[in-house]
This record gives sequence, C-alpha cells and structure tokens, in this order.
Amino acid sequence: MDIRVAVLRIEGTNCEDETVRAFRALGAYAEAVHLKQFYSDMIRDDEVRSIWDYHCLVFPGGFSAGDYVRAGAIFSARVKSVLRRDLEEFIKEGYPVLGICNGFQILVELGALPGFDEDKPIADEPQMALAINDSNRFECRPTFLKHENRGKCVFTRKLKKEIVMYPVAHAEGKVVFPRGREEEYLERLIENDQIVFRYVDPEGNYSSYPWNPNGSFYNIAGICNVKGNVFGLMPHPERAFFGWQVGREEEVFDGKYVFESVIDYLRKFY
Amino acid sequence: MIAEVYIKLKEGVSDPEGEATKKALNLLGFKNVKRVSSVKVFRIAIEGVSREEAEKEIEEMCKKLLANPVIHDYDIRWVG
Repeated sequence: MDIRVAVLRIEGTNCEDETVRAFRALGAYAEAVHLKQFYSDMIRDDEVRSIWDYHCLVFPGGFSAGDYVRAGAIFSARVKSVLRRDLEEFIKEGYPVLGICNGFQILVELGALPGFDEDKPIADEPQMALAINDSNRFECRPTFLKHENRGKCVFTRKLKKEIVMYPVAHAEGKVVFPRGREEEYLERLIENDQIVFRYVDPEGNYSSYPWNPNGSFYNIAGICNVKGNVFGLMPHPERAFFGWQVGREEEVFDGKYVFESVIDYLRKFY
Repeated sequence: MIAEVYIKLKEGVSDPEGEATKKALNLLGFKNVKRVSSVKVFRIAIEGVSREEAEKEIEEMCKKLLANPVIHDYDIRWVG
C-alpha cells in the first residue's frame, strides 16, 4: 500500500519542498497541500483534499503568516477553526504528525505538544511555549543532538546513532514550561519517554550557548506526545537528508532517520 | 468601541528583546535606563456588543490567539 503524506502549507511556509522530497526519496507518496484544500469551497475539484486522504501530516518549517502575533500562532488558530476535530481524531487513531521548526511552534500553539492527555490530544490552550532565543538573534547553523528516546517516538525508532547533526534556523525556539512547574513537567516527560532530542556539543556533553542555540530548558530540542505519534523539533532533519546538503560525501545523511522511521512505522501499521 | 490589549511577558520570564534594547540604550549614553520590557499592543475595534460582553470576548481572543498563557499576561484598556 502507498504511504501518503501531506505537508501542509499556508502563506509563509517555506520548507515544504525539501520535506516532500525527503519522503519521496524513500518511496512514500508526499505532496504539499494548502490548508485551504481541506475546507474551502473555492478549490478546483481535482485539488480538493481531506485529512483522511493521508497517513501522515507534516507542518513544515518557514514563517507561516509572517510569524505575526507569535511564531505559529496564526497557522494554529486556522487549524483550530477548520480542522481541530479531525486532527484530534487523526492523532487518536495513531496516525503520525510531525512539526519541524515553525511546525513545532504550530503544534505547541495548538496545544498538541507536550500532549500529556491521550484522550484529548489537543489541549484547550498552550501548555508550553517556544519563546524568543536567549541570544535575541536568529540562530542559523548546524547543531548536535543527542537522541534520548527509548522507543516511544515513532519518528526516531530507526535511529541507532547516539548523536546526529541537524541545522537550526529560528529566532523563537526556547522551550519554556510554566514557571514554577518546570521540574514537574520534566519528570512527566521523562517518565512518559517524551523527550526525543537534546542539544549537545560535538563530544556529546550537554552544554550551554552556542551548543544550545536558544537557551531551551534542559537543552530540549524535540519532544513527542504521550502516545509517541506527534513529534515536534526545532532543528531541520529535511535539511540534512542528502549528504550534499551538509557537505558530506555520503549520499544520505542523518536527517533520513526521521522520515525512514515514520514510513517504517506506517508500513507495519496500515 | 476601541480596546487596547497589552500582551506582556509574565514576571520572571526572560525578555531578550527588552534586555538587548536596554543594552543598546545604555551604549547610546542613556545611562539612567535600568530596565526595558517589551510589550505588544493590539488595538481592537469592536462593535455590536456591550462593553462587558466585549471584554469577555477579548479575554477569549487573548486565550485563543493573542497571548500564550505559559509566558504572557494581558491587560485590556478601553481607549474609545
């Protein structure tokens, strides 16, 4: 069976092409789909789509809606207004949802991450924030990530390497939990196996800036929901998929594991 | 009716934008500047409801879009 992936776009998303290409390179059918294709009646018949046409949804990187209000806030408001119930059902059914960079910000604003409640995968209001980087700068460069997931996240199950290199490119990526409840959140995340990637230095040590590019709490770079099928991360695996994207001899590089893992999960499941 | 909605960072949440601005102001010679906080203001014109109802609606707007309750507080001031 064909694995079908939708990479959702609206105005200002700009990583959909690389993301689509990564999935296609591994034999999945992927296409960039404008959010309007899911609900607008102004769409040509052959371009009308439904979330249920796909096995996997991706919120790509970019600057959706110009990062107005807050990064991801407007895209998430639009998803809430037209897609919330379907998306909630989609997640409950176990279909995977990925958010990269701006996509992670969208999933956080949507209340889909940290996603502690399996029965209510989209919380009524955000439970965490991706705040302005401590450096107050747009941080655009390679980062080293330690993979710490013990098997819950369906997007990294095929990742056997301990440390990978994916580039970051964001101004709002600092993981912030409600003040005074950081430790409680952390304990839950660890206990539920929801922590996926943490920023490290080239030797694999947890380090502060510049290795942690934004000042994220506990060096968190990526987390999944309690069920393991919603995954958000600030670094860009789709920008480290082919060796040539990162100046390497190898044909494919570290980024492939994310796409390979979810395709493998879907092949076994559906 | 016109409301101004002030979105501020909660006490204790770091404000890199405010801090960078303070540093730059100090460098420009404004030595008396002790703290700068970044605040975002949305001016919202709203009609067809009472002020009380409008205020409730604006609170909903803050919760649903304008603020992230994890890091933000908001204030509503009527200006017209």
